[in-house]
Amino acid sequence: MVTVLLRRVGQSVAVLLVMAILAFLAIYAIGNPVDVLVSPEADQMERQAAMARLGLDQPLAIQFLSFVGRLAHGDLGTSFVHGAPALGLVLERLPATLELAVTAMITALLIGLPLGLWAGLSPGGIVGRAIAAFSILGFCLPTFWVGLVLIMTFSVHFGWLPAGGRGITVPVAGISLGILSLDGLAHLLLPAANLALFKTSLIIRLASAGTRNVARQDYIRFARAKGLSSGRIIGVHILKNIMIPIVTVLGMELGSVIAFSVVTESIFAWPGMGKLLIDSIVHLDRPVVVAYLLVIVLVFMVINLLVDLLYAALDPRIGANR
Amino acid sequence: MTAVGPGVMPAHPRSWRLIAAARPATVIAGLVLVAAVLVAVLAPWLSQQNPYDLAQLDVIDAHLPPGSAMATGTARYWLGTDPQGRDMLSAIFYGLRTSLLVASVSTTVALLFGMVTGLLAAFARSWVDAAIMRLVDLQLSFPAILIALILLGLLGQGVDKVILALIAVQWAYFARTVRASALVERGKDYVQAAAGLGLAPLRIALGHLLPNCLPPLLVIVPVQAAHAITLEATLSFLGVGVPVTEPSLGMLIAGGYDYLLSGEYWISLFPGIALVLVIGAINIVGDGLQDWFHSTGER
Repeated sequence: MVTVLLRRVGQSVAVLLVMAILAFLAIYAIGNPVDVLVSPEADQMERQAAMARLGLDQPLAIQFLSFVGRLAHGDLGTSFVHGAPALGLVLERLPATLELAVTAMITALLIGLPLGLWAGLSPGGIVGRAIAAFSILGFCLPTFWVGLVLIMTFSVHFGWLPAGGRGITVPVAGISLGILSLDGLAHLLLPAANLALFKTSLIIRLASAGTRNVARQDYIRFARAKGLSSGRIIGVHILKNIMIPIVTVLGMELGSVIAFSVVTESIFAWPGMGKLLIDSIVHLDRPVVVAYLLVIVLVFMVINLLVDLLYAALDPRIGANR
Repeated sequence: MTAVGPGVMPAHPRSWRLIAAARPATVIAGLVLVAAVLVAVLAPWLSQQNPYDLAQLDVIDAHLPPGSAMATGTARYWLGTDPQGRDMLSAIFYGLRTSLLVASVSTTVALLFGMVTGLLAAFARSWVDAAIMRLVDLQLSFPAILIALILLGLLGQGVDKVILALIAVQWAYFARTVRASALVERGKDYVQAAAGLGLAPLRIALGHLLPNCLPPLLVIVPVQAAHAITLEATLSFLGVGVPVTEPSLGMLIAGGYDYLLSGEYWISLFPGIALVLVIGAINIVGDGLQDWFHSTGER
């Protein structure tokens, strides 16, 4: 277990180092940052002074070392647009994104699992087929277009739910959460549903395939022969056995939900870090783009590490094989 | 468009039987796809106006709902007009052109690049294989949209940059698939026989190995093409994709987004339906293709 952990941490550090090099090249090698920072009217003297101040007159290797040094202190430069530290800007918006992503994930599980079970138990029935069709649709429809349709239907046509923003948030331990207020919940509903759609389809597919597979097994037939109620068979014997792949995939997909929230946040004007990324790309605010990149890589690595450890704990064979 | 539908497969004595054996849904989807490609190619001749020639636009016709008549002339705007008085139907035809062009170019280049690197990895083994596959693994561990966004954030915007970003995202899937099947194939007798005959490694790789690695590759081509269309539309919708001068379907949808809240649904809705139709059709055709490959494999 310790060896697995150490090896994984080592790999993660290597990936982070590669990303840091890419980030460095992105800022310093593609175009001269001085061109962006100094006004075009500046003369040669001013340019030289600015380059010396930024350390750009040093050799590339020295520049890289000082870049890594600043990175270790959490200094990723200052946003061109906001004039604030880039890393702080990204971290400030992390809770909003996490709230949206986690809510979407839980929604996907709560809807996808029962539907997948139903479809897996009666694959030929009308309901089963309808659920399968819904899951195919969920895979095909582009997320952003579904978001627009949701706004068109529930905000414009019926006027039931707000079309954007985060609503009233309640601070909990220094982090503001929208889910705790009724207004915040109303604002959360549409974006979470939008973000959850793709994952719901995925869970339906996994659950129904797993159920079909498990329901055929001898121990299920034996449980029926023993006279167990079908509620107990489904709730205990089938559910337990289809959960392992679902939990793993859910863990791995949490990262992709956070990444995909870029789209949902833009549509619903959700003040998370995905919307910040899009705004920064449009305004060529490179330090913020790089800060986002490093934060998201870190988030991904932590999630992957946790999933691997969880998996090794759930299934002893996996830990032993490594 | 890349040749993905059974209807556009290269001429083959069995191709008519293939169509006859296909499910009705696959045939319909294939027809939709062929129609979409035709519309994209023939857009300048099918549209009643060039939606990007400002001289042909009339501001009096702006914001018209679907079915409205033109202020001057006899034609009708069947799908309504946008704030510039642009006919949405014509705009969709032209948008389809950009969307399909970007997706087909990027998928084709990514396929070729992935094929070369995948074969190289399978043949060279040692550190070349390790280096290529590490890169592939690293890339596949992050969502495609994230990689594309970061690349566009660093490279800047434009049609060429979008195509570049899509290639960068897609090649890894192809490389992994080709390597996997090439590793299986290279252990087979016919490759040994070819090597025993003294054929050059390049000839063995391209002439013997590659054709046998194609079937699993062709199955993921439609999936990737649909993915590319979705991704391009998403990027353009977010405002970091194609420029305003060459709008794709995603861009049209984004343009209508601002008017959605005032009830002018048609500017966003109809390009979206066109997009969903194309993506759905490609996926259904891809499924049909996959079934066909599986059934021929079993025979």
